[in-house]
Amino acid sequence: MGDRITVLNPMGFAPLVTRKELAPRLNTLDGKTVYLVDCRFDDSDVFLKQMQAWLASHLPAVRTVFKPISSVYLVDDPATWEEIRDRGHAAIVGVGH
Amino acid sequence: MTIESKYGVPTVAVHTDKFDRVVRSVSVVNGMPGLRQVFVPQPIMGKTAAELYAYVDGLDPITGRPVMQEIVEGLTRPFEEAERGPLAFERATPRLVEPDTEDNLQRLFVDNHWTDMLPIVLPTEARVEAMLRGTRRRPDEVVGRMRSTHFREQWEYTVEKVAVNAVMAGARPEYFPVILALGSTGVTARSSSSSAMASMAVVNGPVRDEIAMNAGTGALGPYNHANATIGRAYGLLSQNGQGGSVPGTSYMGNQGNNYAYNSVTFAENEERSPWEPFHVQHGFGPGDSAVSVWNGVRSTAFTLGVRERHWREHVGDMLRGMDPSVPPTLLLDPIAARQFVDRGGFAKKDALIDWLYDHARMPSSQYWDYQLVQNYLYPRATFGEEPWAGKLRAAPDEPIPMFRREDIHVVVVGGETNGYWRIMGATYQKTASVDTWR
Repeated sequence: MGDRITVLNPMGFAPLVTRKELAPRLNTLDGKTVYLVDCRFDDSDVFLKQMQAWLASHLPAVRTVFKPISSVYLVDDPATWEEIRDRGHAAIVGVGH
Repeated sequence: MTIESKYGVPTVAVHTDKFDRVVRSVSVVNGMPGLRQVFVPQPIMGKTAAELYAYVDGLDPITGRPVMQEIVEGLTRPFEEAERGPLAFERATPRLVEPDTEDNLQRLFVDNHWTDMLPIVLPTEARVEAMLRGTRRRPDEVVGRMRSTHFREQWEYTVEKVAVNAVMAGARPEYFPVILALGSTGVTARSSSSSAMASMAVVNGPVRDEIAMNAGTGALGPYNHANATIGRAYGLLSQNGQGGSVPGTSYMGNQGNNYAYNSVTFAENEERSPWEPFHVQHGFGPGDSAVSVWNGVRSTAFTLGVRERHWREHVGDMLRGMDPSVPPTLLLDPIAARQFVDRGGFAKKDALIDWLYDHARMPSSQYWDYQLVQNYLYPRATFGEEPWAGKLRAAPDEPIPMFRREDIHVVVVGGETNGYWRIMGATYQKTASVDTWR
């Protein structure tokens, strides 16, 4: 058993995390417009179009809109978010790889 | 996350299963632990429509429940209070580690992912104090902030924190201003990108000689104490200063990257270069000391010399061998640099860069088909951002520039044992003063 020594912690300082509000859920998707938001990464468009086909086949009362983000996923896209808020009821965002 | 919290739209995020831990962790540190997330198998890329339909119609590989059932529930099932998480939470970083034996502390640092898995110099108070004597700056002064990815929170580090990591790397106090300057850039050397990025750091000016850095034979290899430990300190500071670099949670590089061991850190061979030093190109004086950083370092092309007959084709082929989403930085031995002057008449470095820009071309259809171009540049093109929007208008067979001219760089390094040189695929970020951190 060697001598006990004191050393410093190398980790930086984390910021305070504050809770962000989550949107209220819908009672039903019937009659609602769901945006399928394409992050434009690694063929996510092909995937979301299959999801759109699945929804049309299994939940025909749900209206879907396929919507690619305006630019690259690293850039905020307020125009798209405003469109979805104003014209839609819910969003499915994909695909995070 | 933005659309859910800022715009009030009920949202479900779909990810591939390899990212379950990282996206849950990102949700927590963004104050949304209950964000609804559903998983499908990895990969999406390259799968047929029928295969992807099967993903949609199949089970979430994390929960074993039907993907679409989870999505519908995610949009319609109300949140329970526990899902929303605490109103706020803090994560304190104690200044000291619980005292223990040297062996146990070495083990603890490894277990906590505080190292690069090689033995470290334990940062005792005496060693950290000695490192702090390498600068006039106060120990509690904030040097910078880093994060491993765009979606994570920024962590902050002080002069003392940089000193702790510098000690761990085996650096000497006289190197400390260079390490502080690297920290001041805020450019992480431990990106979490699945592309397995590393960084590169080039030191210019009088500090190179003051701390005996190597710009000659073996400069990029394990043959110089300052090069080796400054680069290692930059990596350790990055992973610890930003709050971690842990595979599966805050590091997703699919193959990893050996360049990350010391972040390709070296000095430019200004004395043997036919051109002005790199930092002078970026607004510093020849008598200033500065360090420049690149990220996205993964790919390397290599050759010997600049041949009289076909050098244009050779260089063009090397450039076309790089992924077009990551621009080239040429690392030229002085022999190769002078050959470029002789063969091409590039009396100025800018003239060589002009030539590289003009000759790094490929047919438009080939360019746009690269996956990383599709992921990162095609969206910007369709958004109308130049020069990519203009490239999108080119005919499929038209040769278009692979890179932006301003993203191409040249650095001279090497000991003239021969005229070997290489191209690093690397994205230049910034140049920081070393002198302000003395």
